[in-house]
Formats: sequence, structure tokens, C-alpha cells
Amino acid sequence: MSKKEWPLWEVFIRGQHGLNHRHVGSLHAPDAEMAINHARDVYTRRREGVSIWVVPSRDITASSPSEKGPLFDPAESKTYRHPTFFDIPDEVGKM
Amino acid sequence: MYAQLVKSEGLKSREEMSPQEQAFQDRVDNGEKIEPKDWMPEGYRKTLVRQIGQHAHSEIVGQLPEGNWITRAPTLERKAILLAKVQDEAGHGLYLYSAAETLGVSRDELLDKLHSGKMKYSSIFNYPTLNWADIGAVGWLVDGAAIMNQVPLQRTSYGPYSRAMIRICKEESFHQRQGYAIMMKMAQGTPEQKDMAQDALNRFWFPSLMMFGPSDKDSVHSAQSMAWKIKINTNDELRQKFVNETVPQAKYLGLTVPDEKLEWNEEKQGYDFSEPDWSEFFEVIKGNGPCNRERMDARVKAWEDGEWFRDGLNAYADKAANRRKAASVAAE
Ligand SMILES: [Fe+2]
Ligand SMILES: [Fe+2]
Repeated sequence: MSKKEWPLWEVFIRGQHGLNHRHVGSLHAPDAEMAINHARDVYTRRREGVSIWVVPSRDITASSPSEKGPLFDPAESKTYRHPTFFDIPDEVGKM
Repeated sequence: MYAQLVKSEGLKSREEMSPQEQAFQDRVDNGEKIEPKDWMPEGYRKTLVRQIGQHAHSEIVGQLPEGNWITRAPTLERKAILLAKVQDEAGHGLYLYSAAETLGVSRDELLDKLHSGKMKYSSIFNYPTLNWADIGAVGWLVDGAAIMNQVPLQRTSYGPYSRAMIRICKEESFHQRQGYAIMMKMAQGTPEQKDMAQDALNRFWFPSLMMFGPSDKDSVHSAQSMAWKIKINTNDELRQKFVNETVPQAKYLGLTVPDEKLEWNEEKQGYDFSEPDWSEFFEVIKGNGPCNRERMDARVKAWEDGEWFRDGLNAYADKAANRRKAASVAAE
């Protein structure tokens, strides 16, 4: 076993111009430059992307499953945030 | 399959489960995905590490029998295609090692277990690829059998594993078709070429059937894995499905499946066929197949020969980081 493992990176790819970068997976690399090279080889062999971001996995802060309630429950009751909550009469026309 | 003999736990009944385990099982039953930070039973985690690890090892050891023919492919186009296919398999290994790492093992740990023989890879890769027709047979039959197992696994309960499978399945059909295209070329070629194709089918048929693992009656521990949805179909179900789909493909090639007992069974709407020689299977798993030694030696050599390079890149990264740090201190 190698003494020091290459750190883990999370890879984000922009699929097409105009779209967001999306998380596609992770990989090991010694530094950011190599991480981009590896991401190119692993995640864009079939023209899946036009741009790559790599982020050290250890720098990602994630919400914990136990916080799911406090974080996301409040949104559940606020249906008025959706346009369909409001009835607009047909006579008004398209809105 | 690529994970053929994965040790799992005995099936727990609902009464034996703790409230936490019951809630977990309910999530799985409801088709919810389990994610890395979610609570999971220790047995679930351990079984997944074994299964995903074995699957990952199979992807990278599987590069060896095919890599054997890259320099000797008959045309430049075939060479480029085979190279792309073998490169895909490295990617499959990487996706799967990454999925396993979300369960708290490191990739180097898993590789270490492969190299020291503590973890297995699929028995199929311990058979030699003797000539170019074998490369056709491997793509057609071996990747074909892998697809049978991987397609349902896209629905597995563990999120990272499921996502890796989806990615892999997208690439896998290219593998099978390029293999079948080689077989078509050979089967429609000179009588000698057709003989080579038949000979490759003869040698790879039963080892391919073994990929699905032992018969259901001898396959231990699969009930718990199925309850956890980390195994979706039984070994025999998948084997039957593979035979049903492959036999007509062989017919189209004008080749004969090397099984005298092979016969269409109208009642079950599937073929009856002979079981592979299971004693051979267990011998190969134990390490006594035709190429086990060679495969392991090649893997260990690749790992050891690459060490200076991995370390070199680490040293370069450390140096560059120190330089950046020094520069930012100087700027302050
Ligand atoms: Fe693969
Ligand atoms: Fe493949």
C-alpha cells in the first residue's frame, strides 16, 4: 500500500453551454490540475462536457440526515409559494 | 456475476429487527434510496463493501485478458475500439471504488485486499484469450452476461451504487455490440475464421454461465441481500434470461452453442440447458483456474511499478502547495 493516498475530489461537469455544472462523481488525484486531467479522462469520454470543476471532497460541508426535519419541513406548509395556489378567473386571460 | 459469491448475513425476520432496523427496511421496501450519511445496519454496509469491491476488482482485472490483444488487433480501427472499451472498464472500476469509499473504506485498502488475495474478482477473467475471436466472444458473452446483472442493479437501494450502475450501463452496450460485430465478421469470413469463432464460443460458453454464480439451491445468504435490494434477481433467473437472449444471437451467427441438452421448452417459454461444471467454478474461485496466477502477478506488478509515479506526483503536489503558501505569506 502506498504511504500516502491521493486525496478525493468531487467532480462537477457543465454538460452544455448555458447549463449549470452538475455533480457527476468523485476521483482521486494528487492535486487540482491532475484532478481535472483525470476528470476529463473518466467523465467526458463521450463528449459529456464543456467545462469541469473539481473540489476537494474534504472541503464540502453537508447537511446531516438528522437535520432533515428542521431544515426542510417548514417549506411543506407554504403552498402559497406556488403559482397554482391562486385561482385567477379565466376572463383575466393568461397570467 | 461480477460479484459471484458475496458473503452476506442470514435473513432477519421483522420480529428480530430493532425499531431502527425496521424503519430502515421500510425505507428500502418503499423504494427510497439509502445515502452514505443515512443510518444503515452494519451487515448492510459490510455486504455492500464486499459486493461493490468485488465488482470493482472484476472491472479492472477484466482489462487484462482484453488488453492482451490491443497491440495485435487486426486493424487500426479495431485497435482504437478495443482500447476505448478497455479504458471504459478502468472507468467502471473507478466509479465502483468511489461508491465503495462512501461506505468508509479507502480505495487503496480495497486494492491491497485484492492484491493480497483477501478479496475476489469474477471467475471469468481467469480464462485466457487465445486469439482474436476470443475478444469477440468476451465482448458478446462476458459483457452480455454483465449487462444482465447490471441493468436490474440500477434499481439497487444504495444510492451511490445505483448511480454507478446507471453510468456503467450506458457504456456497456457499446461493449457487447463491438464484441458481436467481431463475431459476425469472423463467422461470415473464411472457414478458418468461422472455426475460430466457434472455438471461442465453445470455450467461453460455460465460463460465461458461471458468471451468474452457483445455482439458487446452493447459493447461501442471498435472501438477506434481496430483502436489502442489493441483489435484485436470483442467479438462476439471470442465467436463464441470458441463455434465452444469447441462443438466437448464436443462431444468427451460424454457430452452435456447445450444449447437447439445449432445447426450447415451450411450457416455460425458455431454453432448457446444461448446468456448468460447478467443481470447475469452485476450483477457479479458489485460485486454480488457468490464469489466476498470471492475472494476480500482472495486477501486483502494475501497482508496484506505479508506486514511484504516484509518490512523485504527491511530492510535486506538496512542493507546489508549499510554494503557494510561501508566496501568500510573502505577499501579506
Ligand atoms: Fe464494465
Ligand atoms: Fe464492459
